[in-house]
Amino acid sequence: MNTVSASPRVGLFWFSSPQTFFPLAGRMIPLFAALAIGLGLVGLYIAFFVAPTDATQGESYRIIFIHVPAAWMSMFLYVVMAFWAAVGLVFNTRLSSMMATAIAPTGALMTFLALWTGALWGRPTWGAYWVWDARLTSELILLFLYLGFIALQAAIDDPRRADKAGAVLALVGVVNIPIIYFSVQWWNTLHQGASVSITRAPSMATTMLWGMLIMALAFWMYSIAAVLHRVRSIIVARERRAEWIRELLAEGRLK
Amino acid sequence: MLRVIVQVIQRDLLLAVRQKADVLNTLFFFVVVVTMVPLGIGPEPNQLRAIAPGVVWVAALLAAILSLARLFANDYVDGTLEQMLLSSEPLPLIVLGKAAAHWLVTGLPLTIMSIVFGVVFDLGVTETGVMVASLLLGTPVLSLIGAVGAALTLGLRGGGVLTSLLVLPLYIPVLIFGSGAVGAAASGVSYAAYLLLLGAFLLFAAVLTPWAVSLALRISVE
Repeated sequence: MNTVSASPRVGLFWFSSPQTFFPLAGRMIPLFAALAIGLGLVGLYIAFFVAPTDATQGESYRIIFIHVPAAWMSMFLYVVMAFWAAVGLVFNTRLSSMMATAIAPTGALMTFLALWTGALWGRPTWGAYWVWDARLTSELILLFLYLGFIALQAAIDDPRRADKAGAVLALVGVVNIPIIYFSVQWWNTLHQGASVSITRAPSMATTMLWGMLIMALAFWMYSIAAVLHRVRSIIVARERRAEWIRELLAEGRLK
Repeated sequence: MLRVIVQVIQRDLLLAVRQKADVLNTLFFFVVVVTMVPLGIGPEPNQLRAIAPGVVWVAALLAAILSLARLFANDYVDGTLEQMLLSSEPLPLIVLGKAAAHWLVTGLPLTIMSIVFGVVFDLGVTETGVMVASLLLGTPVLSLIGAVGAALTLGLRGGGVLTSLLVLPLYIPVLIFGSGAVGAAASGVSYAAYLLLLGAFLLFAAVLTPWAVSLALRISVE
């Protein structure tokens, strides 16, 4: 930013202030929540009534419509979290760090959901809730990374220090994730323990693919709505002494 | 440039010599943990031989974690750390020196001690040699990555447990290739790739982690 104009100008940094972002987020939450519900209903309808029964796995495969979108979101959200954390660290923008803090619980939730549904899916297909497969193990480690991030931020009282420390941890984690992923994969191929493989891609019916993509979009919309909702709470908690929050409170517009 | 590193190492080593208990406790912990495993699993030699590399490596990981609290905490309490942050010398170099000193008083003794475990668990000469080599390459990485966790949790309540939570997931590649090297040597496969990868991790960590640690220290002390 080379010039600071006196009149408020909607630019790249306009919404980087909590004060301007707060009402915008409030307006966006219902939109994304409605999209999440709508897409979720369509996706679930396809999942249960349109998609054909799988030739080898029978009906149990249908959990894929929850499992795969959750797994995708869990990985994607970590990168997004690290991105906002890095932006917060570099530009010293408070809102970016708040976004990173807000994303972490949703990411951890998605990781947990992917592991949980994977276990439920594994029991009928492989005969075991858990195998030390490379993907399962990496997903578990991803959950540890999320929990570490949340635990570190929870242990620090000063919010600014929590933001920065979390950012360093998220960045170190993001550099490490490819290394961890490939080392776990190599470890798994050398220990020929698990005889099952989830890497063999079955030729998927088109309706199944559509159902999965729509569910993925629904998860995406849900994540956005949940993160925006949480970031609004964080803004209120941190800026509670700011004048504009008090005004909103006085007008009763802070729900 | 080298002078800074050497001076920091000398200082930390001198401090370690004056407080021998700290150093010996870490080593003792390592020995006790490894000893517990046969007691828990049973004295069957073939089984113990098979799990020995993993046991030694996991114990080394835990011992490294436990000793991390010492890395910056004392300097933080007595104000030396602030002087280091204010110093005109580059902070990453000081950090590198501290990590090197930490390795000299924890990683190196563990590595030497692991020779004894090679004998106790009835590993062959080659396997023991590979284990020592993997520990030599791997334990400095533990000190370097651990320094990031130690710097981030500096002065926090419950810092010790938190450090383990942050750092252990990041140790996984070192654990996999460290114990994998010994496993490969035991089954007669080439173990060179494992040691090369551990060496790559070491170089990677030596280049990048001092910057992350410096940043974390500035955040924590600020």
